[in-house]
Amino acid sequence: MNDMTPEGREERRGKLKGLGHARRRVEDARFTQGKGNYIDDINLSGMLFGDFVRSPHAHARITSIDASAALELPGVVAVLTADDLRPLDLHWMPTLAGDKQMVLADGKVLFQGQEVAFVVARDRYVAADAVDLVEIEYEELPVITDPFESLQSDVVLREDLDPEAPGSHGPRRHHNHIFLWEEGDKAATEQAIESSEVVAEEMIYYHRTHPCPLETCGSVASMDKVNGKLTLWGTFQAPHVVRTVASILSGIEEHNIRVISPDIGGGFGNKVGVYPGYVCSIVASIVTGSPVKWVEDRMENLMSTAFARDYWMKGRISATKDGRITGLHCHVTADHGAFDACADPTKFPAGFFHICTGSYDIPVAYVAVDGAYTNKAPGGVAYRCSFRVTEAAYMIERMIEVLAIELGMDAAELRARNFIREDQFPYQSALGWEYDSGDYHTAWNKALEAVNYEGLRREQAERVEAFNRGETRKLLGIGLTHFTEIVGAGPMKNCDILGMGMFDSCEIRIHPTGSAIVRLGTISQGQGHATTFAQILASEIGISSDSITVEEGDTDTAPYGLGTYGSRSTPVAGAAAAMAGRKIRAKAQMIAAYLLEVHEDDLEWDVDRFAVKGAPERFKTMAEIAFASYNQAIPGVEPGLEAVSYYDPPNMTYPFGAYICVMEIDVDTGEHEIRQFYALDDCGTRINPMVIEGQVHGGLTEALAIAMGQEIAYDDLGNIKTATLMDFFMPTSWETPTYTTAFTETPSPHHPIGAKGVGESPNVGGVPAFSNAVHDAFRPFGLRHSHMPHDHWRIWKVAHELGLHG
Amino acid sequence: MSDKMHIKLTVNGAPREVLAEPRELLIHVLRERLGLTGPHIGCETTHCGVCTVDMNGKSVKSCTVFAAQADGAEITTIEGLGTPDDLHVLQRMFHEHHGLQCGFCTPGMITRAHRLLQENPDPTEEEVRFGMAGNLCRCTGYQNIVRAILAAAAELNAAREAAQ
Repeated sequence: MNDMTPEGREERRGKLKGLGHARRRVEDARFTQGKGNYIDDINLSGMLFGDFVRSPHAHARITSIDASAALELPGVVAVLTADDLRPLDLHWMPTLAGDKQMVLADGKVLFQGQEVAFVVARDRYVAADAVDLVEIEYEELPVITDPFESLQSDVVLREDLDPEAPGSHGPRRHHNHIFLWEEGDKAATEQAIESSEVVAEEMIYYHRTHPCPLETCGSVASMDKVNGKLTLWGTFQAPHVVRTVASILSGIEEHNIRVISPDIGGGFGNKVGVYPGYVCSIVASIVTGSPVKWVEDRMENLMSTAFARDYWMKGRISATKDGRITGLHCHVTADHGAFDACADPTKFPAGFFHICTGSYDIPVAYVAVDGAYTNKAPGGVAYRCSFRVTEAAYMIERMIEVLAIELGMDAAELRARNFIREDQFPYQSALGWEYDSGDYHTAWNKALEAVNYEGLRREQAERVEAFNRGETRKLLGIGLTHFTEIVGAGPMKNCDILGMGMFDSCEIRIHPTGSAIVRLGTISQGQGHATTFAQILASEIGISSDSITVEEGDTDTAPYGLGTYGSRSTPVAGAAAAMAGRKIRAKAQMIAAYLLEVHEDDLEWDVDRFAVKGAPERFKTMAEIAFASYNQAIPGVEPGLEAVSYYDPPNMTYPFGAYICVMEIDVDTGEHEIRQFYALDDCGTRINPMVIEGQVHGGLTEALAIAMGQEIAYDDLGNIKTATLMDFFMPTSWETPTYTTAFTETPSPHHPIGAKGVGESPNVGGVPAFSNAVHDAFRPFGLRHSHMPHDHWRIWKVAHELGLHG
Repeated sequence: MSDKMHIKLTVNGAPREVLAEPRELLIHVLRERLGLTGPHIGCETTHCGVCTVDMNGKSVKSCTVFAAQADGAEITTIEGLGTPDDLHVLQRMFHEHHGLQCGFCTPGMITRAHRLLQENPDPTEEEVRFGMAGNLCRCTGYQNIVRAILAAAAELNAAREAAQ
């Protein structure tokens, strides 16, 4: 067998199905056959069901709770209220943002749908009946749903907080104020803007929306009183953190708690936080001695477990007459709802919003974010994004368009003129980030050429003329975006959640016959980790990915990690996998040297084996080495072949991309049609192109939803108006366009395999691309900015206000 | 709520009997009384389609069908479409064309696609997109689901032609 030739080597490499291979997914077999194991599929003997009594009011004092009728209903086991949780000090819980949140309403309610009592019954139907029988009397209080009003109002929302005392992110200037967070040089930025030739200013609202995975949140708690062990299954994107929080809250030692994330039916940030339902299922299991399941329904999901965005962003951007950006100033009023339950690293109350200088070389910038309480659901989760990066990307990509209007310049040209150049990387941004790598001009030019940008602009000009002549009622919009993300949180020097550094981990055990099991601190919710992490390792250790089992989500078996969100799995756990693989290889080299009777330095790694330098026919494959590690006494080498790596990333990674959306808009109906969508992503080294493409398709469709209709809306009384899928827009296959994907490949210089992460890019870049297409269609008629979501009615209104309806 | 009804139905080819309350939903009977957890629950308002099963030759959203309405019915769930050794062509094509990610919509999606191809064995892409619009997916953007269904239709049609 001559597999040392270049062809032979390539054949061996192909068999590994490693990096770059469009490997079909190992997860699919169970999902396509209906054998997934999601939270609601878990069924334990004697299991009870929990269900919440929720507040119909957005702001009210509770004057009485009477559960007697509910308790008389056959099959009802318990009704928990804040008074039952108080002795355990569990009626409130800490949030990930340094605030605290009521588990069950303690004297008052602060948003519609807030959890007031937890009914436990023998089945879900009885529990639902009992919910209706719990009688609660409320005294209504004034409702505030607007963050600007909140920061002026005499109405105190959070009576539990001392208005004089600082919050966890510094001083609070008003009783409804949460924090002021600033970054950058304020004075220099103001000076730069004031002395500039051109200044554009705009208020940009990124509306409140919701991740809305098809599977809602839920948990099953089982307290084994005999052994003192608590097992908690749940929809957790960060199971290890949940274990630590559960231990701190309950006082149960951490070794007695086992947290398991089973299959998760989509997360998108919804399943990062800790919710009252999880806590109540644990308490109910402790109280009743039976396993207790809680699974929210869709209405509960949309009204209570986390929202995303809700940022009012006032941007000012300045430039020279020829379009060189000179400064960026941004003030955000952030509506956090009733409790600050943002899922952000501790030191970043506005997440990584200060990536808002985007892809541009902006010499000086300043951002300030004011957080405000309102009578809306708590949250502020990163809906398919890395901690407020979507808001930042939307702000800068809208501001660029507004500046282009101010300058009378083509928006593509304005971008190209201000991109950070390839030779400027690593690039130090004005707001303190070090961009690792990028080649924006190459990506941008490739995208413009692919869609024939010049041709599209000519067509658009002709269309405007035809419209003005009365020959058509449809306009053409060209939506441009060049985004830069910041993902892979993050370096322990500045990133933690509840004090836990945001490293991640990987543990590898090579079996004697040359296959392996790998466990990581992350948890897939559809990303396909069992497929792709095995590919990283196949290339590192020379064992076919088909012979590597990947496990995640069981805290009793997996090494501690911070979980999956913020596109951190590949940048952090993927790096841990590569580093653990290298430890395996280092030990394998020692074993191979012994077996081949040569010095280690005389060996070289060759795809799946160590071969003697200059004598490639003398080699030991990884499978042979693995067997030897278990059956030979090798001097100075421990038996077995295992490795663990805990990886603390030195920096974030900075994926980027160029998206172009071509949209037709019917001026009379406000309907839109997406004629073309071109998405070029650069996520560094590509692990599995098929999986990347799938991620891009999905993220773009979520972006389509957000930009074109999806919102969590409230009326003035704090009633949620979008709590079912009747009102909350989710595109079907009918509304969703066919996307064209493309890529450039600029590896991250600090990541072991150069990978950057891609899952969230299409949401981050997609929203401004769709939104800019709408704006671009109306630019010839004088539109500067209009708020999302661009549903038919709002687009019709834009056309109407521009006088296009005659 | 003790007056239970005796409901007889055929599920995936086998006769089954259950005692269920009149208000009990078909999805709960399938999942909790018959142990068929392939169909899921996603919205309770007939929008998302993750609970889709086949009832008497039609796709239904089993979260808004009472079990009592299924008395005497023939029900097919994802569990009845293929076996590990002999997957349904749709199951193979969803895998081959990466038509799934988190997998939560997949059983309903495949069950609906199976019925769609009975109704229209040779659909255009537009007909697939329209015919599948009752089933939501948050992960894939549908592009690969559509490809998978078209590929399955092509394979089924080729097999049909070869048999003639």
